Amino acid sequence: MNALVNLTSLLKTATEIFPFHGGVHPPENKAQSTQLPIGQLTLPEKLVLPLRQHVGNMPKVKVNIGDYVLKGQLLAEAEGAVSAAIHAPTSGTITAIEDAIIPHPSGLPDRCITMVPDGKDAWIDKKPQDWRTDDRKNLVASLRLSGIVGLGGATFPTHIKLRADGKSGVHTLIINAAECEPYISCDDTLMRERAAEVVQGIAIAQHLLGAEHVIIGIEDNKPEAIASMQAAVQGKPMQVKIVPTLYPSGDARRLVHLVLGTEIPHDKRSTEVGLQVFNVATVLALYRYFEFGEPSISRIVSMTGNVQQPQNFEVLFGTPLPHLVAAAGGAKADTSHYIMGGPMMGFALPDENVPITKAANCIIAASPTLFAPPPPAMPCIRCARCADACPVNLQPQELYWFAKADNFEKANDYKLFDCIECGACSYVCPSNIPLVQYYRYAKSEIIAVDKAKEAADLARERNDFRLARIEREKLERAQKHAERAALQKEEATKKALLNIDKNVGEQNDALQGSIHAASGDANPMPDTDAAKKATKQAIIAAAIERAKAAKAAANIAPKNVVDADENVKKEIAEIEARRQAVGLTEKPAIAAATDAEKQAKIAAAIAKAKAAKAAADAAKLEKITKLNND
Amino acid sequence: MINRSPYISDAPSVGAIMFKVLLALVPGIIAYVWVFGGGILVILFLATATALVAEAAMLKIRKRPIQPFLTDYSAVTTAWLLALAIPPLSPWWVIVVGTLFSIVVAKQLYGGLGYNPFNPAMVGYAVLLISFPAIMSRWPIPLELGAGTQMFAEYGFFDQIRYIFSQSLPLNMQLDAITSATPLDYLKTQLTLKQEIPTISQAPIFGSFGGKGGEYVTGAYLLGGLYLWQQKIITWHLPSAFLAALALISGVFWLVDPTHFASPMFHLFSGASIMCAFFIITDPVSGPTTPLGKLWFAAGVAVITYLVRVYGGYPDGVAFAVIFMNICVPLIDAYTQPRVFGHQQ
Repeated sequence: MNALVNLTSLLKTATEIFPFHGGVHPPENKAQSTQLPIGQLTLPEKLVLPLRQHVGNMPKVKVNIGDYVLKGQLLAEAEGAVSAAIHAPTSGTITAIEDAIIPHPSGLPDRCITMVPDGKDAWIDKKPQDWRTDDRKNLVASLRLSGIVGLGGATFPTHIKLRADGKSGVHTLIINAAECEPYISCDDTLMRERAAEVVQGIAIAQHLLGAEHVIIGIEDNKPEAIASMQAAVQGKPMQVKIVPTLYPSGDARRLVHLVLGTEIPHDKRSTEVGLQVFNVATVLALYRYFEFGEPSISRIVSMTGNVQQPQNFEVLFGTPLPHLVAAAGGAKADTSHYIMGGPMMGFALPDENVPITKAANCIIAASPTLFAPPPPAMPCIRCARCADACPVNLQPQELYWFAKADNFEKANDYKLFDCIECGACSYVCPSNIPLVQYYRYAKSEIIAVDKAKEAADLARERNDFRLARIEREKLERAQKHAERAALQKEEATKKALLNIDKNVGEQNDALQGSIHAASGDANPMPDTDAAKKATKQAIIAAAIERAKAAKAAANIAPKNVVDADENVKKEIAEIEARRQAVGLTEKPAIAAATDAEKQAKIAAAIAKAKAAKAAADAAKLEKITKLNND
Repeated sequence: MINRSPYISDAPSVGAIMFKVLLALVPGIIAYVWVFGGGILVILFLATATALVAEAAMLKIRKRPIQPFLTDYSAVTTAWLLALAIPPLSPWWVIVVGTLFSIVVAKQLYGGLGYNPFNPAMVGYAVLLISFPAIMSRWPIPLELGAGTQMFAEYGFFDQIRYIFSQSLPLNMQLDAITSATPLDYLKTQLTLKQEIPTISQAPIFGSFGGKGGEYVTGAYLLGGLYLWQQKIITWHLPSAFLAALALISGVFWLVDPTHFASPMFHLFSGASIMCAFFIITDPVSGPTTPLGKLWFAAGVAVITYLVRVYGGYPDGVAFAVIFMNICVPLIDAYTQPRVFGHQQ
């Protein structure tokens, strides 16, 4: 039924576009870098490969300094769930594994592998896979070794996005080819020149996901790319949808809305509503990996802005930026710095000598004339132009106010965390307020506070648990005392019983003697012995039972745990689970409680059974005695 | 190298926005001079000078940079709006006192640009209206009227200037001869005298829609307002909601009893209605920011304006209505938050 509804809505929406609120249209500045086809670079003198070129864990280095590696050889393998592998972009020698400057806004160095190419560019033994026939699960599993991450800039490891083994529930695959940021044209040229390969890559992603539909969303400012993609999808179950040029149409949630009219709920991922979004360059990497066995070792980068000849280049990861700048004819004299990414969401590179990474879709040489420093910020006049421009329909002027006042709770109420930091608000702000910076600040503060709160909660829970444990130990000690006391009592009872036994024995002897005398029975003793024994056992059993009952009542487990309701028990169990997770593997209180309960129950049952037996024995004895008497 | 994206911007500066607002007032000022004489230019000049001096002095006292705030034209905008609201034949100190109050108290003491909860021009106007009711109700007779034409022949621009600075009139001229009540004022007085509207509106001060002469000024303001909308300085929400609500409430009363309640056209084109719709409630600082909030705010101003006009003690109620609705802005904004993408309402 759902599928049917989806299908009909898809048919109805074949060409329809569903605009999102807001958006801006900055000068595109893409034409500069699309004059020439994709250029190839010569091998640089060295390659510096940051280990962390993706979102997630640092991969594990598999080579040593001095190792000779071939092109495509695994240098570091993915470690943990979210991680991606790093491969040698060419053949050569590993010369260093050390911290070096990476393209990150913080300017902080991170672990990198440096290699010097030998110029042979010799490949490893490539292992293509037949994605049409091979087991999907194995194919996706092998992607962990591909090093492929989202090349739109998010750099999320691709193998995780495809992990669903065709049972993802993803019915529609959306290919993000909007490329909405100004200056960037790497996807544009990619589609112009390699549309057939891109479509093959889309087919692979579609196959691996088991998606029925494919929609390729391209902004209408790329007519050549649209034409070549339309030609390439001919006869395939894929649809090219032209979306209006409006930043940020390339944001995944915005693009999904544009092409399908679906608003992915804020707390859900796209896969939860049957959608998956892949960047156009990412699917091409998938194609090269499966078809040729080539891992992710290069990407297309727009080298544009204040350079002599802006152009797109196929760049090996690790290529130092100056090598790329030189290929574009060199930077113009007044170049002040470089921006990685677009002018809306990119960041100024901390150093000119950073390497090109998987995230580097575009490098813009900046100059004061190209990007004039913003005039000093004026107070917000509440004109709400930012609200009109916000693609998430937030109220940026309110968020700014709350962020500025450190009123983080309110900022959260006003959905700060739905902000995608696209910068549309700042772009239209008459007061030149760096709004996005305020939101980033507020977000980081809230995250920090949450973390601190979490730590405090954990500490408090630990303390609560400690108090509970102390209480339990106290009760256990009391229990031991009680047991000992019961034991002593038992001994005393036993002694008393012995005395009784003696008396009873004498009496019995006398009785038996008379009975014997009366009946003339030859051997009456066993019966009386049995009766004596039974009486004794009954009394002992009763004493033990009493002791056990006392034990059960006193219970080993602390009262507060036994009496706790389900929620509290659950909470304690959760705390315990966390404790165990952090390595505090003490025996859980709740388990102790259950054990104690169980033991008490067993003891009671035994006591009951013994008492029953004793009672039965006593009855038997009585019967015999009666018979005898008769 | 400043690490803050975005690195590009396409926004008019605050100054550019305010300049366009001033520009949009120019047609109205031209019509004003034509209808009421050139005295208003002096008032405008006094207001501008007072505003700039007061703003600069306050910024200095508050240790804020002076130049960026003087060139944002916000003080000038306040000054002009206040100047255009008061009668042009009022003593020079009236506009000076009003402007001082607007800039010093209503704007700077609250924190300056962006921080004033009340519309500064309307606060200044309300202070003047309450303090000097007689002066504030004496408007010159419009040129269109017979008396006015005659008056202008012998009572020109320089006589107006002299009156503004020394309150002296040419010989043989009484103040009553050159001033009169506004149509709204006249209507109110006559209604209390048990007159009925068909009779009242026969008076020569009534024009086709509003007051004679005054309706041209209003028309010019409308033109300027449409320019602001076309320039995307203002959105449609506030003016449309204000005019629609005013038309609606006055229309209902008028339909029920046209002999005691003036027509919607009269209310729209009299007093400060059009000025309010396009220039006063569109002050972003003291107004709401959400689209729905703008509708509620403007409708509230319209209803209160109407109620003051009909039942209140003053002929027009725009200033009080705006100030009252300014108080409600945080509430309105809080309750009219639009649905965020991916969220339920």
